[in-house]
Amino acid sequence: MKKTFEFEKLGCAHCASKMETAIRKIDGVSSASINYIMKKLTIEAEDAVFDEVLSKAVKACKKIEPDCKIVL
Amino acid sequence: MSREQKLNLFRIIASLVLLVTAMLMGEEKPAYLWLCLASYAIVAYSVLWTALRNIAGGQVFDENFLMAVASLGAFFTGNYSEAVAVMVFYRIGELFEEIAVGKSRRSIAALMDIRPDHAVVLRDGVEQTVSPEQVRVGEHIVIRPGERIPLDGVVCDGTTTVNTSSLTGESLPADKTVGDTVISGCVNISGLVTVEVKSEFAESTVSKILEMVENSAEKKTRSESFITRFARYYTPCVVIAAVLLALIAPLFFAQPWNEWINRALIFLVVSCPCALVVSVPLSFFGGIGGASKLGILIKGSSYLEALSKADTVVFDKTGTLTEGSFTVTAVHPESMSEEELLSIAACAESYSTHPIAESIIKAHGRDIDKTRIGGIKELAGRGLEAEIDGQLIYVGNYRLMEEVGAKWLPCEHIGTIVHVALKNEYLGHIVISDEIKSDAKRAIKALGECGVKRTVMLTGDMKQVGEAVSKELGLSETYTELLPGDKVEVLEKLLSQEDGKHTLVFVGDGINDAPVLTRADLGIAMGALGSDAAIEAADVVLMDDKPSKIAVAIKLARKTMRIVRENIAFSLGVKGVVLLLGAAGYANMWFAVFGDVGVLIIAIINAMRALDTRRLRG
Repeated sequence: MKKTFEFEKLGCAHCASKMETAIRKIDGVSSASINYIMKKLTIEAEDAVFDEVLSKAVKACKKIEPDCKIVL
Repeated sequence: MSREQKLNLFRIIASLVLLVTAMLMGEEKPAYLWLCLASYAIVAYSVLWTALRNIAGGQVFDENFLMAVASLGAFFTGNYSEAVAVMVFYRIGELFEEIAVGKSRRSIAALMDIRPDHAVVLRDGVEQTVSPEQVRVGEHIVIRPGERIPLDGVVCDGTTTVNTSSLTGESLPADKTVGDTVISGCVNISGLVTVEVKSEFAESTVSKILEMVENSAEKKTRSESFITRFARYYTPCVVIAAVLLALIAPLFFAQPWNEWINRALIFLVVSCPCALVVSVPLSFFGGIGGASKLGILIKGSSYLEALSKADTVVFDKTGTLTEGSFTVTAVHPESMSEEELLSIAACAESYSTHPIAESIIKAHGRDIDKTRIGGIKELAGRGLEAEIDGQLIYVGNYRLMEEVGAKWLPCEHIGTIVHVALKNEYLGHIVISDEIKSDAKRAIKALGECGVKRTVMLTGDMKQVGEAVSKELGLSETYTELLPGDKVEVLEKLLSQEDGKHTLVFVGDGINDAPVLTRADLGIAMGALGSDAAIEAADVVLMDDKPSKIAVAIKLARKTMRIVRENIAFSLGVKGVVLLLGAAGYANMWFAVFGDVGVLIIAIINAMRALDTRRLRG
């Protein structure tokens, strides 16, 4: 399953690339990319674990930039 | 500006006022320190707070932390005004970045403002306004003048003109009447039309285009991944260097602590890689956005990079360099009038659906009086035999003429020649050919001017026809009489002749050349408005069918790459110089602030240039 989410208050481009790397490392993620300009996150992961992956991704992003939110 | 941005701007101004007052007052006044502290508190508290929270979260080398250490460090070494300045300018840079990125995001969003927000659907004779997603294939929608066409479909009632400029960059409106296809995303200008929907919203042209542009970041270029990797090592390295700088000289060479800590702080200020990390994708995004303004859709920034290195362009002939539709280009009767000859041929061909027959009927233009026709017999591979006005007429190729003993004449025109004979008396011939697109010649010339060395044409057409077109256009190589499978083979051969530094671009119309499109370094599909297969297979899609857009796309790609290189070189260069001067003790804090914020602002402004395509319109 491939889904796209939007960010709120995505502060800096460098953080975005750090988040991208962090999300890619989550188990079950086959691809992840952040479009900093469009403030969009695209995650591709196995259907069965998608929700789990997503909550891990939210946590990973929060750790890198506390103010930033993923609009679910 | 958003509310928060305004608030930040207000903070920055307040802080600047206090800072300037303090500096005017002079360092010796007791209030100096207090003014600096107040000024610092206004701009710095959120940065300090975020830095603390991030350290708790394990994020050490983030920009908030670096700025916090740099400014606090400056305070403790007694450089009060510099300490405040670092923070003030850091906040200015941050605000500027936000505004600039927001601006380019909006201008790109405006380009992409082709998403229809509603559709008026006819259900049981009643008009209902629904969102485009809710309309099913086969339903009828009503589109009023001034409205955006919400879904792809075929006009079933009414006539109108449609503005396709948001998709193609073409400003000339197109006339649409019953039976014509209309594309979602275009604007209906003049009349009210009813349209039968042919695809669901998710599958419509407008959705595909939006998806393509929004997802273009997924395919990253070498420059982008270089910058991301670079940034990952750059910051920790500079920070470690700063620590060493601060410790070594005072500890081992009995140098003054203050002096060397100051030098180290300069390192910290320029250690933030944001100028690079923002400006590179911003440039690419600007290039892609600018291209879509011209009706050129690029599926990812890596294709922009490939496009900029093109030195060989391979064309499919039919539909790419030529119109792809057959038209009668000459009528040469022996003795009768041109009209009479056409009329006889049209009668004979009137029951045929072959493209050549259709073009003759079209050229004839008037309704055919079918009572003139007695009987028609097809003669496979040669033409046909018909009884017209009670006389035996042969229409076909030269072989048929030889067979019936008519003295046929060759023609100096290139194309398909249809001969006409009355029994064995030669009446004349009609020349049918595929017209070369009006801007094809200009397109080839423009490619040459922008450094494309080889222009190759592939065609399944006859040698004579293909070579005539090639000569007319000034192409460097031509391969004719190719079967569809041969095209891939020829392309493989051409690819193997590439030097690895440059790329080979294949341009086709997306109809039955998908394998070649995918095999080339870069596949461009043109005239793709409404052709799903082409949008899928190609890397770059030209929304209209003008070959001259290829050179425009290449120029745009080169401009974007130049901006990217400028930004990388400039940012790294300035930061490098600041680091060297800082280490040697020649740079002060103000210099470092320029190396961070100044570079960021200049790089962003430069990146925004990629969005401007005024000079590229061809």
